[in-house]
Amino acid sequence: MLGLDNRDMKLFIWVVCITVLAPFILNPFPAESELAQFNAGYPDLMQRFMIFGIFAIGFNILFGLTGYLSFGHAAFLGVGSYAGVWMLKLVSMNVIPAIIISVIVAGLFSLVVGYISLRRSGIYFSILTLAFAQMSFALAYSVLTPITNGETGLQLALDDPRILDSASSTGSIPPTNFFGIEMRDGFELALGPWEFVFNFGYYLCAVVMLVSFYLSMRIFRSPFGMMLRAIKTNQQRLRYTGKNPRPYNLAAFVISGMYAGLAGGLMVAMDPLAGAERMQWTASGEVVLMTILGGAGTLLGPMVGAGVIKYFENIFSKINDALLYEWFSAMPEGLQDVFVFLIHPFIGKGWHLTLGIMFMLVVIFLPGGVVEGGQRLAALFRRRRQSRETDGPAAVKDATPAE
Amino acid sequence: MDAIILQILNGLDKGSAYALIALGLTLIFGTLGVVNFAHGALFMLGAFCAVTLNALLKTSYETIDPNKLDFLGNPAKVETPYIVDWFGPEFGGAMIEWSVPLAILFAIPVMVLVGLVMERGLIKYFYSRPHADQILVTFGLAIVLQEIVKGFYGANPIPTPAPDALTGSFDFGVLLGFDPGSIIYPYWRLIYFLFAAIMIGGVFAFLRYTTFGMVVRAGMADRETVGILGINIDRRFTIMFAIAACVAGLAGVMYTPINSPNYHMGMDFLVLSFVVVVVGGMGSLPGAVAAGFLLGVLESFASMGVVLNVLPGINQIIIYLVAIIILLTRPRGLMGRKGVMEE
Repeated sequence: MLGLDNRDMKLFIWVVCITVLAPFILNPFPAESELAQFNAGYPDLMQRFMIFGIFAIGFNILFGLTGYLSFGHAAFLGVGSYAGVWMLKLVSMNVIPAIIISVIVAGLFSLVVGYISLRRSGIYFSILTLAFAQMSFALAYSVLTPITNGETGLQLALDDPRILDSASSTGSIPPTNFFGIEMRDGFELALGPWEFVFNFGYYLCAVVMLVSFYLSMRIFRSPFGMMLRAIKTNQQRLRYTGKNPRPYNLAAFVISGMYAGLAGGLMVAMDPLAGAERMQWTASGEVVLMTILGGAGTLLGPMVGAGVIKYFENIFSKINDALLYEWFSAMPEGLQDVFVFLIHPFIGKGWHLTLGIMFMLVVIFLPGGVVEGGQRLAALFRRRRQSRETDGPAAVKDATPAE
Repeated sequence: MDAIILQILNGLDKGSAYALIALGLTLIFGTLGVVNFAHGALFMLGAFCAVTLNALLKTSYETIDPNKLDFLGNPAKVETPYIVDWFGPEFGGAMIEWSVPLAILFAIPVMVLVGLVMERGLIKYFYSRPHADQILVTFGLAIVLQEIVKGFYGANPIPTPAPDALTGSFDFGVLLGFDPGSIIYPYWRLIYFLFAAIMIGGVFAFLRYTTFGMVVRAGMADRETVGILGINIDRRFTIMFAIAACVAGLAGVMYTPINSPNYHMGMDFLVLSFVVVVVGGMGSLPGAVAAGFLLGVLESFASMGVVLNVLPGINQIIIYLVAIIILLTRPRGLMGRKGVMEE
C-alpha cells in the first residue's frame, strides 16, 4: 500500500497512530497529581516535537544516507523562518503560503550552499557548512537588519500590508490560520482527573510531519536512496562504475535543506517570529545531537532523538531540589541529602550535562542510537523466548550465526 | 600608517590565541589522526585553572577588626587570605596579584593530566572509527566539560585581572616616531603575543631538535614503519596529546586577563580555530600558525571604520569568507599536504 512494503507500512501505521493519539500518550498523569509536571501533552511542546522531528528527518537524509556531516543546517531553518514571517507580513495570515515559501527559499539557499560546500568532503565539508551558517548568522545580526530586524527578531506588526486578508477590525494582530481555522484553536477533553488538549496547530504539524516521514521512507527505499548509501560506503567505487556522485549528493543536500525550511516555516506558522539565534551553530549542533542520539540512518531514529531532546529541554529541566527531597522523603535524613547532592548536578539547569553524557555513551557504545538499542533489546528478548520455547539445540543453532 | 600598525597589533593577540589553539589541534590531528572537537574545552579548562588558582589563593578567613567601622558603624569584618597570614602581606599579596602568571605552573600538570586521561580513557578507542564518530564523541565531551565547569562556576564571566604592574599600556607611537598616543597597546596583549611566540617556538624546536621530536615527526609521516622499527609510537603520541592539551590550556590561562572567562569561551574559539586549521591546511603545523595570525590580523583590519563604511558587516564574516575562498581555490588549505583527510 502507498508503495511501501509490509514492514514499512506497519511502521508507518504505528507512527500515524502515535502522532494522532499523542495528546493522550503524552499526558499519562492526572492533571492534579504530583507527576503532572512530567506531562508533555501541551500544544507548544507537542508542536515542537513534530517540528524538530521534521528537521531531524531531513538532516538524516543527508547525514544518515550519504555520511556528509553538515554543521550548518540551522541556517536553512533560519532562512525558512524569515521567509515565512515575511510571507505572513506581506501576503496573508494563512500559513500555507508561508510554509510553501519557506521551503522554496530554504531550498534555493541550500542549493547555493550545497553547490559550493559539496566540492569538498569529510571535515572540510563540515567546516564549509559551518562557515556558511555562521556567516548567515552574523549577517542576519548586523547588515541585514532591514530584512531580519537584527537582535530583536522579525515580528508581525499591526500595519503590515497582508494584501490577501481583509483589514483587521479588532485592532490587534490577527492570529495565524489555516483557511480560517486558527492555529491556537483546539478543545480540551476532561476524562475524570485527566485533561487532554487537542490543538489544531499540533495536528497541522502532525500531518506535515507524517507526509515528510512518508517521503523520507520512500527516499530510503528508492534507487536514489540506494545511490546515497553507495556514496557513504565507497564514493571511489561509485565513480569507477561511471556514476558521478555530485548530483546525488547535491540533491540529498537540497532535500534536507528543504526539510529544514519546512520546519522553519512551521515554526513561524505556530509562533510568528524569527530570530537570528535560530541559525547559530549551536542550533545546528542540536539537530546533529538529535539525529545521532536517535540513530542516524534509521527511519525512526531522528524523530525519537528529537523527542528525547525536546522532552529533556522542557520537562527534565524543571526538576529541582525540592522535588528530589519529596521523592526521597522515605529515606533517612542523611542518605536523602547524599542522594540529592549526587543527583543535583544532572537535573534542572544541569540537563545539558545529562544530555552530553547520554550523547557520548550513545556514540561510544551504540553507534546506531536509541533505535539500535531498542532493536538489540528486542532481539535479545526474542532469542530468549525462542530458547525457552524450543529449549536446547535449536536455540544454540540459532545463536551461532549471530556471534 | 599608524592606523595600519595599530590594526596589525590588535590582530596579533587574537591571532596568537587562534594560532595556539590551531597548533594544538593540528598536533593532535597530525599525530593521532583524530579531529578533536573538545580542544576548545581544553582552552576553557586552562582559563579556569587560572580562575581556580586565583580563588584558592584568595581563600580567606573572617575576623572582626574593632578599630575599623563599616558604614553602619558596627565593627567591620576583615577578610584575611590565609596566604597573607602564612607568607606575610608582602609576599602573600604579591602571590595573589600575580595569580595569572602563577597559574601557568598550576595549569601545566593539570592540563597534562587531563590530556593523558582523555587520550587513554576515550580517544584511544576511536582511532579506528570514522572521523564523523571522532567529531561527535569529542563534541559530546566538550559539552560535558563545559557543563561541569558551568556547574562549578556558574554561567557568568569571572573577571581575573592581570598583575597591576602589567595593566598599563605601551605607547608604540613614540617608539616608531608617530605622535604620542597614536598607537597605544596594552602590556598584557604584548605579553600574550610574546608568550604565544615562545610557546610556538618551543613546540617547533621540540619537534625539530630533540630525538623525541624526531621520532614523533617520523611517526607523523609513516606510523607503521616507525612501529616496525621497534619504537613504541603510541606512547609518544599520547605524550604529544598531553602536550597539545597543555598548549591549549596555557593559551587559555594567559587569555583570562584579556577576556573574562566563561564556560562557553572554548566553543567560541573552537569554531574559529577549526576554520583556521582548515585554512592553514589540515596536518600542517606552520600552516596552522600562519593562518592563525593571518586571520587574526585580517579580522582586526576588517573592523576598521574605513573598511566598514565600504563593506558594512564585513568584520563579522571576514574569517568565514576567507575560509570559503581558500578552500575553494586551494582545496588543501595554504600549506596542506597531499593525502591528508581526502578520502
